Amino acid sequence: MNEIQRLQKKFEAGRISRREFISRATAIGAAAAVPGSLFSGPAAAAPKKGGHFKLGLGQGSTTDSLDPATYLDTYMQTIGNAVYSYVAVVDNNGDIAPDLAESIEPSPDAKVWTAKIRKGVEFHDGKPVTPEDVIATYQYHMGEESKSAAKSLLAAVTDMKVDGDNVVFTLSAGNADFPYIMTDYHLGILPTKDGKPVDPTSGIGSGGYAVETYDPGVKSILKRNPNYYNDDNAHFDSIESLVIKDVAARTTALTTGEIHAMNRCDLKTVHLLKRQKGLQVIQTTGTQHYSMPMITKQAPFDDNNIRMALKHAIDRETIVKTVLRGYGQVGNDHPIGPSQKYFNKDLPQRAYDPDKARYYLKQAGLDSLKIDLSAADAAFAGAVDTAVLFKEHAAKAGIDVNVIREPDDGYWSNVWMNKPFCMCYWGGRPTEDWMFTTAYAAGAEWNDSFWSNDRFNELLLAARAELDESKRRTMYYEMQEIVSNEGGVMVPMFASYVMAASDKIGMPKLAANWDMDGLRAMMRWWMV
Amino acid sequence: MLIAQRLALGFLVLFVVSLIIAAGVDALPGDLCQEMQGQGATVETLKACREEIGLDKSLPVRYVEWLGGMLKGDFGTSLANGREISELIGTRLQNTFFLAILAALISVPLALVLGVLAALYRNGIYDRAVNVVTLSSISFPEFFIAYILILFFSVNLGWFPSLSNISPEMSIAEKAYKSLLPALTLTLVVVAHMMRMTRASIINLLASPYIEMATLKGMTRRRIIVKHALPNAWAPIVNVVVLNLAYLIVGVVIVEVVFVYPGLGELMVDSVRKRDIPVVQACATIFAATYILLNMTADILSIITNPRMLHPK
Amino acid sequence: MTDNKDTLGQTADAVAPPPPRKRRLSDTLKALRKAPLSAKFGLVVIVFYVVMAIFAPVLTPFGESEIVSNEYEPWGVEVAHETAGGGSETVTLMLGTDNLGRDMLTRLLYGARNTIGIALLTTCLAFLLGGVGGILAATLGGWPDQILSRIIDVLMAIPALIFALLLLTIFGTSVTTLVLVIAVLDSTRVFRLARAVSLNVVVMDFIEAARLRGEGLGWITLREILPNIMPPLVAEFGLRFCFVFLTIASLSFLGLGLQPPTADWGSMVRDNATLITYGDITPLLPAAAIALLTVGVNFVVDWFLHKTSGLRDDQ
Repeated sequence: MNEIQRLQKKFEAGRISRREFISRATAIGAAAAVPGSLFSGPAAAAPKKGGHFKLGLGQGSTTDSLDPATYLDTYMQTIGNAVYSYVAVVDNNGDIAPDLAESIEPSPDAKVWTAKIRKGVEFHDGKPVTPEDVIATYQYHMGEESKSAAKSLLAAVTDMKVDGDNVVFTLSAGNADFPYIMTDYHLGILPTKDGKPVDPTSGIGSGGYAVETYDPGVKSILKRNPNYYNDDNAHFDSIESLVIKDVAARTTALTTGEIHAMNRCDLKTVHLLKRQKGLQVIQTTGTQHYSMPMITKQAPFDDNNIRMALKHAIDRETIVKTVLRGYGQVGNDHPIGPSQKYFNKDLPQRAYDPDKARYYLKQAGLDSLKIDLSAADAAFAGAVDTAVLFKEHAAKAGIDVNVIREPDDGYWSNVWMNKPFCMCYWGGRPTEDWMFTTAYAAGAEWNDSFWSNDRFNELLLAARAELDESKRRTMYYEMQEIVSNEGGVMVPMFASYVMAASDKIGMPKLAANWDMDGLRAMMRWWMV
Repeated sequence: MLIAQRLALGFLVLFVVSLIIAAGVDALPGDLCQEMQGQGATVETLKACREEIGLDKSLPVRYVEWLGGMLKGDFGTSLANGREISELIGTRLQNTFFLAILAALISVPLALVLGVLAALYRNGIYDRAVNVVTLSSISFPEFFIAYILILFFSVNLGWFPSLSNISPEMSIAEKAYKSLLPALTLTLVVVAHMMRMTRASIINLLASPYIEMATLKGMTRRRIIVKHALPNAWAPIVNVVVLNLAYLIVGVVIVEVVFVYPGLGELMVDSVRKRDIPVVQACATIFAATYILLNMTADILSIITNPRMLHPK
Repeated sequence: MTDNKDTLGQTADAVAPPPPRKRRLSDTLKALRKAPLSAKFGLVVIVFYVVMAIFAPVLTPFGESEIVSNEYEPWGVEVAHETAGGGSETVTLMLGTDNLGRDMLTRLLYGARNTIGIALLTTCLAFLLGGVGGILAATLGGWPDQILSRIIDVLMAIPALIFALLLLTIFGTSVTTLVLVIAVLDSTRVFRLARAVSLNVVVMDFIEAARLRGEGLGWITLREILPNIMPPLVAEFGLRFCFVFLTIASLSFLGLGLQPPTADWGSMVRDNATLITYGDITPLLPAAAIALLTVGVNFVVDWFLHKTSGLRDDQ
């Protein structure tokens, strides 16, 4: 443990790289044993076993299934994280912690990764977890007939093979962040037979909890897996996870004690919720950001002056204060959050400046501008309000924003990437490379501004394979600057995940990479 | 004869409803695969998904396949999660009926009593007060009534749970206790309409000669209304009551969402959102059949209560 | 109901109207004076709302979606406001601000303007469609009746909210589509009612007499049937009119509804509804606005019903 703590301190002081920390920690075979509480403040007591945890989440749908390839929202993602084990997971500091793998080692060019699979881990039905299961599960997502959203994540994997207890992944190009991909919530390891999952919808995994009853869109009951390999996780005896979509219903259920915890608090009333006794309101700010992509292939957004005019015409401070009620931070028109490792601290924060916006309009040869902005609360809670506020702000710069409320239903297929200017949200990606590759690289499937910048694309490839920390930093700094000044996406704010829980629930320092403690609340939290 | 004819027409209506729903859901932007994969969709995975669930086939082909299954009594499987639709719908249908019955048990007697009393003391303080209260109660959106009831009965008083997450293994009493707040919400929504109709149809009859006769005979107002006016006012009352019962079954999506009640309405809205046509079809068929049956019941009841209609000129 | 509004609008300049109208006017005035307290109350409410709706831009210094202060300011807070001339004045926000810092009173006033307008338009359209259809079905009978009735059956057999969800998602939620969709859905109820009451009238002797006189379909429906089925239709109008607000509120619960930043009462209840859980009465304001109008309209309708039935007694 001392060894780990020393490493941790070194890492936090920035004296060793994250990668170095991982490989050294995994080398001593103890990274998985780093308890979450190590990172938490003095208030957190040691985890205790037992109790029945009732959770109310604002997502979930009657069309859900237990098949990890179909997971769409926080509800199933948290269940996936409790039911399945992953090759690796992201810990509450945003770093890689091995799960099924005892260690993950890269080749010097980061092209070949070797994961040593832990022995003696069993699926809920008693079958042991083997390296073959890992490969077959990954193939399930990569295959021809895969409908999994993880398919594109694994596109760079050219070969997987078993080598004793190891799984050896070969990539088409070096990727220093590959272990992060293995933490994706789709990639829970399934029991397989003859290279195929036995039944992906069965809900049999090797995680801390086994599915007892599952009623899609209503509730799930999970029981602690008595054979779970890791005693530092999965503290509750049983968990009941309810789908409560209406935020007022969720809040009253919490205040009346019918559930112990909820996500997505109603920001309009969170100040009132805080006054309730016996509750804790918790927030994490990580990579989740709200954005406004403009399709840069089309006029007028093909002119960077217009984009800059719009970027100066929004009062970010006011929007964070009003729409997020302060639960968030202003964005700087690029998708990298302030808590992320390579966040560009030197880039000046863009402010609301109607005069500058007018200046850019003039540069574009215009006195005034009229544009349509498509919005729906499907993009994020408060998207329509944000659009309406932006309309008011932009009016002062001579820009007439016509807010069009689109139906929530079908927003992502009908509006996003179809309408020239719309509201959007990104849950964010754990690494800079992942985020940029997903939504900013030229030709990427979800490049929602259809933006292409040669210098940026060049840097992206170079940074991905670069193992030297400081060189990487310089590259990511420059990329953020390019996106901020030339990109086709306005990023007005980073939104916190705001949750509330009864103070009967104990939790370590919360992870910020996803909602609900990095989707791992069921694994990490405990009953006080 | 009449019933057979009505039944045949009912099936025709069902058929047209299923056509409209199929065409309507198909006309919605996006399809099941896009909705299921959301921001994570790629061209390749969409193609694979469409092939797997047969969305690459044209709508008429899928519709005929569905109809064929339906005629054999097979609802098919959900495209989204591959579950048997009959299994998916089973308990939810029971829950929907349970809530409707509970709400009807409270609201129908209440509406009748209030309506008769309002007719009895018409234009008095009582009449006005009942009118103001019921009219106000229908002017509040359903979700808002639900919030107010939750505030009083579950947050402040703590008498009832704010979540009605009932499950099949509970006893009837426990289910009824948990479902009382949603039932009360629905009661407030439907009671005004029924009560006003009861009052109006009774008052409408009070000018009739036979009522005048009864008055002249010296009967009490109470006796006149209960014994003479009410039996003749049944037809319009029954009509409104049945229409409201239909509403209690098919129109409760919002109440289900607010109270997390596992009913059929939410399943249908979820399935429309995900474009899961077979499930939407199944729900729509059940709802439409309910409506048609109740409507028929109303007609038959009004004929039974009014012998004159049995022998039309 | 429209009659009453017209009459009240004219009272101010009713100094020397032409003689025959004077008669009618004074009759109506007399009837008004004799009206029960509840009907007077209802009329006052309606007139008040109409005035508020028409003069909304004059009654408030702010624009419909203008952000005047911080969000959720309490009642009676004072803010500085730029006047049109460039000067500054202090304005008291009587009802505080909403979730975006817009003046609640202004939103309510504009809400009256938008919602009443839309509700009136929708209801009229629904009655035009449903009423004409229902009367025709009853008068013509036979296969036109069968066809119309079955179409209505189909429309009514699909849950209304789901139907609205489908249509609004396919056609988008502009004011026009919203009005059309709600009108079509409402017209089914109107159709049933109009058809049912017309059926009772169609068999009457005076209709037969008109037919024998050789009157056209137009005359029979408009001059003979319509006046005799007005009372139940008007009663229905009173309720339907108010239900439009609720439909809009329900639709906004499902993420459809009017285009922002348009103020409408239904969406305003929805936007602020969560506050009620903490005993804050802000969301009650638009809800109460709807309730007051519903009560007012229906009191007038009740009076009208009473009067029409009373007249029948006199004959």
